[in-house]
Amino acid sequence: MPNKTFFWFFLPTGLAMILFIGLPIISTGIQSFYAQHDQVVKEVKKCDPFGCTVSIVVDNEETSKIREAKPLGKFNGFGTYTDRNHLAVEEIKKFWNETESFGAFVDQVTNLPFYKALIFTLTYCLFVTPNVLLLGFIIALSLNAVARKIRGPLIFGTILPMIVTPLVGSLVLFWMIDSQGIIGANIQNLMNDPYLSLKSSKTLTWITIIIYGIWHHSPFAFVVFYAALQTVPQEPIEAAIIDGASRFQRIKHIVLPHIYPVVTFVALISLMDNFRVFEPIIGFSAEGSAQSLSWLIYDNLVNEEVILFGSAAATSMMTIIGIAILLAPVLIRTWKEFKTAR
Amino acid sequence: MDYGLDTKSTRLKTFNTIFIITWLLIACFPFIWTFWGSFKVRADFFSRSDWWYAISAFNTLIETGGQFTTNAYTQAWTEGEFWKASKNTIIVTVFVVSISLFLGTLGAYALSRSTEKYAFWILMAALIFRAMPHITLVSGYLFPFFELQIWGILPTTIVVLVAINQPFTLWLLYSFFKTVPKELDESALIDGCSYFQAFRHIIMPVMWPGVITAGLFSLMLAYNDFTVTALLLNQENHTMVPKIQSYLGTNQHEGNLMWAVSAVVSATAPLFMLVMFFQRQVISGLTAGAVKG
Repeated sequence: MPNKTFFWFFLPTGLAMILFIGLPIISTGIQSFYAQHDQVVKEVKKCDPFGCTVSIVVDNEETSKIREAKPLGKFNGFGTYTDRNHLAVEEIKKFWNETESFGAFVDQVTNLPFYKALIFTLTYCLFVTPNVLLLGFIIALSLNAVARKIRGPLIFGTILPMIVTPLVGSLVLFWMIDSQGIIGANIQNLMNDPYLSLKSSKTLTWITIIIYGIWHHSPFAFVVFYAALQTVPQEPIEAAIIDGASRFQRIKHIVLPHIYPVVTFVALISLMDNFRVFEPIIGFSAEGSAQSLSWLIYDNLVNEEVILFGSAAATSMMTIIGIAILLAPVLIRTWKEFKTAR
Repeated sequence: MDYGLDTKSTRLKTFNTIFIITWLLIACFPFIWTFWGSFKVRADFFSRSDWWYAISAFNTLIETGGQFTTNAYTQAWTEGEFWKASKNTIIVTVFVVSISLFLGTLGAYALSRSTEKYAFWILMAALIFRAMPHITLVSGYLFPFFELQIWGILPTTIVVLVAINQPFTLWLLYSFFKTVPKELDESALIDGCSYFQAFRHIIMPVMWPGVITAGLFSLMLAYNDFTVTALLLNQENHTMVPKIQSYLGTNQHEGNLMWAVSAVVSATAPLFMLVMFFQRQVISGLTAGAVKG
């Protein structure tokens, strides 16, 4: 296809992506170097018969004037990145000097908002992604062994958790495991502990969200693996059966190597999706004990008093860097393949 | 695997059946339970004293005189203005699907027929864009949108959702277009068609399965979106999913939690129907990128 034709065909979609994905990333980058204005304060002298007092009040008029003149806020350089709510450079230095043991230091650091969120996000990815691959593969193998006639409805039932939006999916589960829901109430009865509830324990909350993640993402892995299983050639398997290979050996040495490229694809996609975990935290109302990077950004953006554009943008930029690190191995590999192909 | 040589022991078969039934229960029961509970009153579905109330409808009988009640639905749809939210959802979904299919088919066709290096790089860029968490993009939108005073209205959200959706649509349609033989449009070009005519009259007619799949995924994205719609729309223009969240936030009202339950059911039911009808397309879409490419 000639370049000129390509240009006209690609222009609409390219424009949409540049304007609403490319530019926003740049806009986020710029915003991250600004912080909201401080409120202008003025001294007010109040006199009554018993004497005069000087009090400091916010000058709303002046404040809004400055805001209007410079809506982006004041320039802050890397200030937002290093403040307590983000990388917390000062605090970490202080902890390093003051704490006695390394364990105490780690404890202190992981209580800082950004690191807390980062650790939750990484833990979530680390536990959900492998389990999604495993469960998806087992379901695919297992459904593949069922008679062809009844597979349709079974597949429909299997993919239900994936097609609902994460907020709805987590709500539906939350209403069951809540202390007033069917599962939660029964567990309380079984354990004979009326105070046992999801919200009471951080570990329980984390486990719940991770289980939710596996429940929500496994159907995707299942669908892809199931389709890949249909393409596995039969001859080597028949040969292996004749040679006396066990079922496990057949899966390990024939099926898995055949679908290996698909496994990396699913791992990549589910890693990308898990890194942006956010809606389940709202669905499970777990803000108290589990915060993810995306949730931090959301929280800044729905702030009641002033929207913290700068703070949200700084967290966004660091999230994007995180995604880049995750994607780097894949991109490098594709680049190498592309170069050798030429 | 269904091969003649592969004989399965009865034990393995039983184990397999038990496993599938367990998994299906885990996958489907929460939805069935929510559907059932949406016809009860709050004191039954969220019962502190006895979960069996949700089945025996103890409080529902006292409060409404029947085993089932549709109060939650009628209230959420009228008082809770869920009708407005569903109207907004329909508008957003229809526009997002049609616009992203229009842009996506043109772009993906060009990518699939180009032999130049930049086509590869564009696909890579699309992959990176696909990986961006939506909330990071939203934090980039909010400030400019406030300044331009286009925040809160439906058209802005539609355009944003279309753009966010493009990388995935491009990849999906690209892998579908790749399966259409090049000779088909080449012969049309030799016969004197322009590229656009070949695209319009030769390629599109054989592409319908792919277009339907891509349309379904755009639809699911627009219908299910929470991040963009919750932050870019004002209260008045909220679509279904942010509306459901707003029912959760206001706990002072007794009935609101049941509104959320009935709203969840109302929002999920059409989606399930759709997937039931188009199950094959959904599956082919999910696997297109993986198996063929």
